This record gives sequence, structure tokens and C-alpha cells, in this order.
Amino acid sequence: MFGLSSDLIDVRRVFTHVEEIHHEFGPVADAPLVRGAIAAVLRNPYAGSYHANIVPMMEALNPLGVQLAQQLCQAMGVAPDAIQGYGKGAIVGASGELEHGALWHVPGGYAMRELLGWKGDRAAYTAGQGGVSSGQPGNALSIVPSTKKVGPPGAALDVPLTHINASYVRSHFDAIEVRVPGAPRADEIVLILAMSTGARVHARVGGLAAQDISQWNGLR
Amino acid sequence: MTAQIRKIVVQVDEVLQEGGKAVTPPTRRALAMAVIANPYAARFSDNLDELIAIGEELGGLLGARCVKALGIKPADAHSYGKAAIVGEAGELEHAAALLHPKLGAPLRMAVSKGAALVPSAKKQGTLGTAIDVPLGHKDAAFVRSHFDAMEARIHDAPRANEILVAVVVTDSGRPHPRVGGLQVHEIVGQDGLR
Repeated sequence: MFGLSSDLIDVRRVFTHVEEIHHEFGPVADAPLVRGAIAAVLRNPYAGSYHANIVPMMEALNPLGVQLAQQLCQAMGVAPDAIQGYGKGAIVGASGELEHGALWHVPGGYAMRELLGWKGDRAAYTAGQGGVSSGQPGNALSIVPSTKKVGPPGAALDVPLTHINASYVRSHFDAIEVRVPGAPRADEIVLILAMSTGARVHARVGGLAAQDISQWNGLR
Repeated sequence: MTAQIRKIVVQVDEVLQEGGKAVTPPTRRALAMAVIANPYAARFSDNLDELIAIGEELGGLLGARCVKALGIKPADAHSYGKAAIVGEAGELEHAAALLHPKLGAPLRMAVSKGAALVPSAKKQGTLGTAIDVPLGHKDAAFVRSHFDAMEARIHDAPRANEILVAVVVTDSGRPHPRVGGLQVHEIVGQDGLR
């Protein structure tokens, strides 16, 4: 059940979106590209007035992030090791501020990264001190790309997607439009996670290829 | 004729609370959409048999996708609806060919029974056009708690030569229905109306 983790987390609605792309007027893919997004619509406890300290909600969002990451993977009908791209985003209702959307960076990003096999130290990253290692130290090494905005109910957000292990993999630069009809209301936030199983369906503009990742630093 | 499908999109909308009051169990609506090539784009044809056959194929495919997304047994489906958006190089009649002659029977198989008419909407449109798919109880059209609609939209479809076909299946009515009318427990389920 959603929303039982904390007084700060009060989920009204969960919206999942999964698309299978067979082609885009070129050769039909052997296996369709699967892209998905999950959006939780929750009450914004900081709506309506300025709160200097909003950090408590960041930690309170951790269980929700884990639930959403798992539920998205399940809705996409694939195992976590099939996920090659990811992204995240937030749409803050009219009585909130953009900064409230920023609360999602750590709990949203690390929930997905841990699901996909990240082995790092979340506490160190939360404190802004990411670790460095050599070889392939697990999966989901890349920063999780994101967008956020303040918007009305039904606002569309283009959530960027990049390769989970190397941000520069050109075939996996993509974006998925996410929109929840009727949300967010003024006192709500829509928090979004997005994943994909591969490259753009007809990727052919060169650049770093996924099989050529070598530095394992999240970039190349 | 087999549908030339470019993409399939499935959405589930789960409402856990509304008006500050918990919805128990949560209401859930599933929407499955297919974007297909319109075999009659940019030409007039008296005969629309290809689209009629594609409608039959998609009724089963999209109905099953909805039921799977909800994770329910077919008999646990409550309401349904269907819609189509025809790209600029097609005609409104192409949506009618998809939706009306043959889409319903396999959709009813997917949700088991389905005595009631499948409510529908159609329009012409372009990339990102939204259509509100009307919903009604699958066995009794007069069940007031299940009159609803779900918005269907794909940002990059339909292209001029395409048609977006949408099917919605739910396992519930509206959150907190309280405007009376025929109730689910009063359904007879024979004539499709009550």
C-alpha cells in the first residue's frame, strides 16, 4: 500500500504508462523497444507557504521511490537487468515551488539505481560525496537525468532518458512524455520515474556505443 | 489483413483517495492504445473490409492488454469503452469501420460476457490529439456509478496516414459514486441495459 511510510507521504493516485515501439517508419524491430513511466500523485505538504526546511520529505520519500521503481519494472514486463535507460521528473502544482520537485532527486534516482544493481554508498551520495572506483563496479553508474516544472493539472513533462551506465552513450539519449490527466492539483506533486529497455528504435547517429563503455565512471 | 502496428501504449490509472477520503479498494482503469497504418489513407474506397478486420484483431489484442495490466480475471472487469482518432489523410468513416462492425466481440471475450453496448467516441486529429473514451458497465449500460471517461492521447500519433485505436477496461466505477441510479448489485445482465 502506498502512503503509509510517513505523515509527509500521502499518495492519491498512481499512474503507469508503458509503450512498445515496433518501428518509426523504418525496419521493424526484432524485439520492440519498451519504454515506461510511473507517476505518483501526492499531497505537497509544503504547498501554500514558504518552508525553509523541506529536507525531511526527502528521506520520507525513500520507500515510495523503491515501490515505484519496482512497480514500473513490473508494469514493463521485464527483469531489472533488461533496463538500459532511465530518467526521472517532477511536476509541482500551482501552490508549490520548483524546489519541492527537487526533493525527488535523491529518493527517486537511488531507488532506480539500487533496483538496477548499483553498489555505491547512498549516504555518501546524499551528502554530495560520491565514491570513485575502477572496473565495472555494478550497474546504474550514470547520473539519472531529470526535468521538473511547476504546472497545472494535465501538464506534460518530457522526462529525459540516458544509458544507465554511461551518460554519453548516444543511442540511448531519448525522452518520454509523461502526463497525468487531472494532476497535479494546486496542492499536489507528481513524482515520476522512467525506464527503457534500449536505444532509440532506429538509432543511427554514431557516438559512443553501449558495447564500448570502458571507463565505468558513469560517463563513458 | 493484419494490423501494421507502429506502437502500443498501455496506461493504468489507480486512484487511492479522492476528496480527502480513501478509496477502498482503489479504482483502476486501464487504457490500451495501438497506432496503426491506415490502409485507406489518401484514397476513397467504398469497401472498408481491411479496417473491419483490423478492428476485430485489435478488439482482442487491446482488451487482453487492459485485463493483463489490471492483473485481473476477465470476469472481474467492470466497465469498458473504445475510441479512435483518424489522422488527416483518412476519414471519420475509417474509425467507424474499426470500431463498430467487429471490434466488440473479441473485446467481450477478453472481459467475459459484456451484454452492454461498448460506448465509443471517434474524431479526426493529429499528433497529440486527445480523445475521451466513454465508459459504461459491461453488462448493464444504466449502472450510473460506472459512467465515466478516460483520456487517451499519444504525443506522436496519429500521423496523417495512421489511426490511433483505444480500448479502456476497468475493475471499478468512479471513486466514491453517490448520485444514485441503478446499482451493480441490481444488475440483471440480460438485455445489456439493466
